[in-house]
Amino acid sequence: MTDADELRRRTRELLAQHPPASTDRLDFLRARFDAGLAWVHYPEGLGGLGAPRSLQGVVDAELAAAGAPDNDPRRIGIGLGMAAPTILKYGTEEQRRRYLRPLWTGEEVWCQLFSEPGAGSDLAALGTRAVREGEDWVVNGQKVWTSSAHLARWAILIARTDPDVPKHQGITYFVCDMTDPGVEVRPLRQITGEAEFNEVFLTDVRIPDSRRLGEVGDGWRVAQTTLNNERVAIGGMALPREGGMIGPVAKTWRERPELRTHDLHQRLLKLWVEAEVARFTGERLRQQLAVGQPGPEGAGMKLAFARLNQEISGLEVELRGAEGLAYDDWTMRRPELVDFTGRDAGYRYLRSKGNSIEGGTSEVLLNIVAERVLGLPAEPRTDKDVAWKDLAR
Amino acid sequence: MTDLLYSEEEEALRAAVRDLLTDHCAAADVLARGESDTPHDRALWKLLAEGMGLAGLLVPEEQGGQGATHREAAVVLEELGRAVAPVPFLTSAVVATEALLGCADRELLGQLASGRTIGALAVGLHTAPGAGTETVRVENGTLHGELRGIADAAVADVLLVPADDGGLYAVAADAVTVTPQVSLDLTRPLATVTLAGAAGRRVGDAGPAVRRALRAAAGLLASEQLGVADWALAETVRYLKERKQFNRPVGGFQALKHRLAQLWLEVVHLRAAARAAADALSSGADTEVSVAVAQAYAAPVAVRVTEEALQLHGGIGMTWEHPVHLYLKRAKADSIAYGTAGAHREALAALVDLQGP
Repeated sequence: MTDADELRRRTRELLAQHPPASTDRLDFLRARFDAGLAWVHYPEGLGGLGAPRSLQGVVDAELAAAGAPDNDPRRIGIGLGMAAPTILKYGTEEQRRRYLRPLWTGEEVWCQLFSEPGAGSDLAALGTRAVREGEDWVVNGQKVWTSSAHLARWAILIARTDPDVPKHQGITYFVCDMTDPGVEVRPLRQITGEAEFNEVFLTDVRIPDSRRLGEVGDGWRVAQTTLNNERVAIGGMALPREGGMIGPVAKTWRERPELRTHDLHQRLLKLWVEAEVARFTGERLRQQLAVGQPGPEGAGMKLAFARLNQEISGLEVELRGAEGLAYDDWTMRRPELVDFTGRDAGYRYLRSKGNSIEGGTSEVLLNIVAERVLGLPAEPRTDKDVAWKDLAR
Repeated sequence: MTDLLYSEEEEALRAAVRDLLTDHCAAADVLARGESDTPHDRALWKLLAEGMGLAGLLVPEEQGGQGATHREAAVVLEELGRAVAPVPFLTSAVVATEALLGCADRELLGQLASGRTIGALAVGLHTAPGAGTETVRVENGTLHGELRGIADAAVADVLLVPADDGGLYAVAADAVTVTPQVSLDLTRPLATVTLAGAAGRRVGDAGPAVRRALRAAAGLLASEQLGVADWALAETVRYLKERKQFNRPVGGFQALKHRLAQLWLEVVHLRAAARAAADALSSGADTEVSVAVAQAYAAPVAVRVTEEALQLHGGIGMTWEHPVHLYLKRAKADSIAYGTAGAHREALAALVDLQGP
C-alpha cells in the first residue's frame, strides 16, 4: 500500500526531475501521469499507484505549493468525470492505454453522445442506430445537449444495436472519433443567448469494433457508470459561507441599500438560511464519504442545488429593479467554461433554469429518491418487455 | 470545520435512549397521559434522568454531572422528539441547567444534575434568545407577580425566576401557585406561576443566564424538531406502502412519492442544520449564527412534515386515536418555542449584515 509519505516522496522526485519553472506544461503533465501521480487511485501504468483516493490531496498540495501546472480540470470535466471511470471499468487494456493518458493531460478533449431529441429522461429509448458491417459499426442518428462537442477529439456514445429486444437490452457503448467525416457538430443556442451545447448529427459514421466498450448489448449497464459519476460531479462542491449563488445577491444587498424592500428582505433571509443549510448538508455528505459511510443524501443534493440557484437568482433580478430589466449580452458565443455564478444576475437566472433539467430532471430525481431511498413502489411500466421497435414514439 | 456526523458514543447513547423509550413510552400511553391530571411521565423521567444520568449531561463531572456536551444532549432530544416523550429534559436538563451554569450556583446545579430535582426557568416558552422577559417584583425581600406560559412548571421542584432587580431567584415550587394552562402541545404542558410573597434565593444575574439558556434551548430544539419530523416521515412512508386504494399501495402514486421525496430532502437538510447548531454550541465557535440558522430552518420543516404526515394519512390522521396529532401539536408549539423562525431570521439579519430597509 502506498502511504502519504511515499506519495510525498514520489511527488518531490517528480518535481526534482521536471522542475515546473523550466518544464513545458504538457511535458510536465505527461511526466506526472507516468509517475502515477495523476489520479493515485488508478492502477499503476494508467496514471495511478493503486493508492486510496483520499490521498490525492497529498499530491495536489505538494504540486500546488511548488507552482506546478494542473490539467485544467474544468475544461476536461466530461473526460475526467465520466469517460475515464467508464474506460477504466469496461475498457480493454489496449483501450485504457490508448485513451487515458491524453484524456488526463487534456491533449484530447472528450464529450458525451447520450441524449437525443426523442430520448431525454427516457434515455434507454434512444434511437441512434449502429449496424455491424465487417469489422466496423456504421452509425446513424442525432444527439443533443452535447457540451464540448466542437472541441472534442473523442466521444463516448451509446447507440442501438438491436431494435428487436426490449430497449435496455439492445444498446451498445462505443468510443466515437469526432474527426470522422460523418460527424457534424452544430451549436445549440440556449435561452442565455450563448451556445454551451451542441447538436451532433451522425451520418454513416464508421466505428471499428475495437472501439466498443463492454459487450454488444450491454451498453445500458456500462452507461450507468458514466451517469452515476455525472450526478456526483454536479452536486458536490465544497463551498465557504456565501460561496454559491447567494454570494452575489448578498453583496448587492449590502452595497445597495436603496434597493431594499421589506418583502425582498424576508425572502432574502429565508433563502440565505436555506443556502447555508444546503452548504452544511453538502459538507455533511463529504464528511460521510471521508469516513467511508456514504449516505443516501447525495441523491438529493442536486435537487436542492437546482431549486436554490433558481430562486436566489430570480430574487436577485427582482432586487435590481430597473437594472433587472437589462441583460448583459445576448450575443451568440461559445464559452469554453461554464460558470453558473458568472456574468450578470439575468444570465444567472436564465442559466440556472437548466440546473433542474441537466444530469437528470428534478422530477426523475424525486422518483429515484422515492424508490431507492424511501423504498416506495416503482412506477407502473409498460415498456419493459416490449421490443424497442414496437414502443410508442 | 464543524463535525456534522454522529460519533460512535453518540450512536450508542441514541440506541440506549431509543430502547428505553420503545419499552416505556408507547404513543397510546402518551396520548392517555396527556388528558390526565398528570401529563408528565415521572417514572420515565426517573429512568432517563437518574437511571441513565441524562439530567446531568451538560454539567461538568466535578459538579456532579456527566461532563458531556450539547452534541450528546442533541442526540437525546432527537430521540425524545421521535417519541414526543412527556419528560422535562429540555426544560430542566438543558434550559434550567444552562441558566445555572451561567450563574455561580453549584448546589442547585448538582441537584438538577442528579435528576432528583426538576428545575424550570420561569420565562415564557415563546421567548426568543435576546428578547425581553417578564419579571416579578421584589418587595421587602419577597417575590410578587405572575408569569405565564412556563413549560413543565407543573412538574418542577424549583423555579428560576427573573425579578425586577435584575436577579435570577431560585424559588421552591411549594412556595408558589402553579396553575396548569390548557396547552396546544399536550406533551409539554404550560402553566401560570403566581408568586404572592414567595421567598427566593438569588442565584445570579438574570440577563446573561437567561440569554445563555435560551440560546442553547433554541439550538438544541432543532434536534428535537428533527426527531419529530423524522418520525412523521418514517411513519408516513411505512403507512403509504401498506395502505391500498384503487388496487394499489397509495405510496406508489407519483404525486405522493414526490411529496415524500421532498420531505425526505428537507429532513436531510434539517439534520445537517441541527448537527451544526449542536456542534457550535459545544465548541463555542460561530454559535449565534448556527443557532439562528438551525431554528429559522427547523421550525417550518417540522411543521410541514407533520402537516403532510396528517394529510397523507387521510381520515385516520384526523382521529384522536392516531398519534400523528401529538407530533403536529409538538411541531407547531416548537415553531413558537424559543423564538419563531421569523424572530431568528431577524436576528440573523444583524448577525450576518443583511439589514432591512
